[in-house]
Amino acid sequence: MFTAMLGEAWHAMGANRMRTFLTMLGMMIGVGAVVMMMAIGEGAQQSIKKSISSMGSNLFIVLSGPPNTAGARSATGNALSLNVKDADAIAELDGVAGVAPTTMGSAQVIYAGNNWNTSIIGTTPSYMEIRDWVIDDGYVFSNSDMRSATRVALIGKTVADNLFGDDTDPVGKTIRIKQSPFLVVGVLNPKGQSLDGRDQDDTIIVPLTTAQRKLFGNQVPGSVRMMMVQAESDKAMPQAEEDINNLLRQRHNIREGSDSDFSVRNLTAIANTAAETTRTMALLLGAIASISLLVGGIGIMNIMLVSVTERTREIGIRMAIGARERDILLQFLLEAFVISIVGCVIGILIGVGGAMLVKSFTGTDAVVTTQSITLAFAVAASVGIFFGFYPARKAARLNPIEALRYQ
Amino acid sequence: MSYVIEVRQIYKDYQTAAGAFPVLKDVNLTIERSDYVAIMGPSGSGKSTFMNILGCLDRPTAGEYFLDGHQVSQLSGNDLAQLRNKTIGFVFQGFNLLARSNLLDNVALPLVYSGVDKKMRHERAEQVLIKVGLGSYLNSRPSQISGGQQQRVAIARALVNEPRLILADEPTGNLDSKTSEEIMQLFDSLNKEGISIVLVTHETDIAEHAKRQVRFLDGKIVHDSYAQSAVMEVS
Repeated sequence: MFTAMLGEAWHAMGANRMRTFLTMLGMMIGVGAVVMMMAIGEGAQQSIKKSISSMGSNLFIVLSGPPNTAGARSATGNALSLNVKDADAIAELDGVAGVAPTTMGSAQVIYAGNNWNTSIIGTTPSYMEIRDWVIDDGYVFSNSDMRSATRVALIGKTVADNLFGDDTDPVGKTIRIKQSPFLVVGVLNPKGQSLDGRDQDDTIIVPLTTAQRKLFGNQVPGSVRMMMVQAESDKAMPQAEEDINNLLRQRHNIREGSDSDFSVRNLTAIANTAAETTRTMALLLGAIASISLLVGGIGIMNIMLVSVTERTREIGIRMAIGARERDILLQFLLEAFVISIVGCVIGILIGVGGAMLVKSFTGTDAVVTTQSITLAFAVAASVGIFFGFYPARKAARLNPIEALRYQ
Repeated sequence: MSYVIEVRQIYKDYQTAAGAFPVLKDVNLTIERSDYVAIMGPSGSGKSTFMNILGCLDRPTAGEYFLDGHQVSQLSGNDLAQLRNKTIGFVFQGFNLLARSNLLDNVALPLVYSGVDKKMRHERAEQVLIKVGLGSYLNSRPSQISGGQQQRVAIARALVNEPRLILADEPTGNLDSKTSEEIMQLFDSLNKEGISIVLVTHETDIAEHAKRQVRFLDGKIVHDSYAQSAVMEVS
């Protein structure tokens, strides 16, 4: 019985191919849009997640300079109000897992015939733990390198690729940073893009002392632009932020009511905001795409209503020869269902194809998940049944005598 | 004596803007097994409404109707559909075939609603199509054959579920006289096999094929040849 009905549905769809195709097209576009938009949303979320996890967890960044720029002040990080002793003091605080005073600059780097301009980070070995950054090859410089300000460097993947190419192992080679020779002791594990889109692997890490004395030497001794501070846990973060503020104000002799000469930023909070924004964007994309799915459903309903009217006489004949109400209902419901399911399957293919196109043309991550396909399928099936039901019921409730008389 | 149709004091009103309009007024009729009845009467005499009631497509406003022993007024919509499917075969003036389907599927259609599987459906449909003389057109579409042939397909469809009763509403109304005659001969032979036939017609020469003529006027039976002959026999 059911298979016979399914055959009837195919038959009816085949009888008016153009119309069936156009009805399906609405469904295809709807489902395709949902799958594609969800893929783009998912891709964005995944790349944000990757950036966040590459950043390290429970992080503060303490910058020298005022926290806000109400008047014309020098840029944050330029005033050099922080120094390594501040860092040592912060490390003593409860709830703080590690501190890495950091100074930065950019420099021209040379190896053999190649040269490259990259950012140089001068920091302590604890930086590696705080950022959860490991070495692929070689070793991390030690505290004794710090003390003696040795010329050693950890280089990022991008720097390694540009200076050495694929064939040469950088570890043990000597590069020149600002003309001074540095021994490459390790290659950093790639981290990819940061939240703000920078290539985190385009960098060189050297001991803080070396950077201060031998690379960016024109600075106040011991001063740093910023510190990375890691809290022991997510819960410890609010208290740690307050403690850092109090401690630094006290150390810098800032009176109550005056502005601080530093600022503390909660990177984790910023990251969470970014993740939340992406999530909202993904939801929004999905919601907009769902509207086209709804429009597709209305298209099905419209065509099914036309179809019921056109086939009034046929319905009368079927009733006269013994079709029950539910047989007629099932017949038309099945037809709407088949249209929406076939449209949905093609729509999924379109969506997956579209996501791949977006990925290859724009480089934006677009990730089609089984979840999104299942969801699109389930929604399309329910749309088919929901919008098919009213016309089908209308057909089933026709009066057979009037239906037979219908011209 | 068992009756295929037993109609007792049937009334049918239609609700119009001006109030209830009576179409059938106190109609009584019994039809025996293997009877062959022609229902005649002018348009508006109520004969079509009566046929719809006989066919379980419509319900009377009052009165009782027994079809093959079932009290129709007490049956649900689904039961009525089953009764139409199994007990009655319909033949219409306009043939009413499904244009999209071939003859085999058209004839097999009632079997879909009795839950017969596809192989069996096609076997039985083929048998009846051969019986009505259309064995070589199984895969043709209704539009590819003549009117007389289409009516044969409709008769085959009516026969496929082996009904007790065939209800034919002006079955020759759209056919020329020669084809009409052929169709009537088909009905005659079916009646000889024991199927009861009730047909509505305007034409007296068609009505003469039946064993019994019933004439409607203004919602009442005004003439019944069977009753008259019975009266004559008694007298």
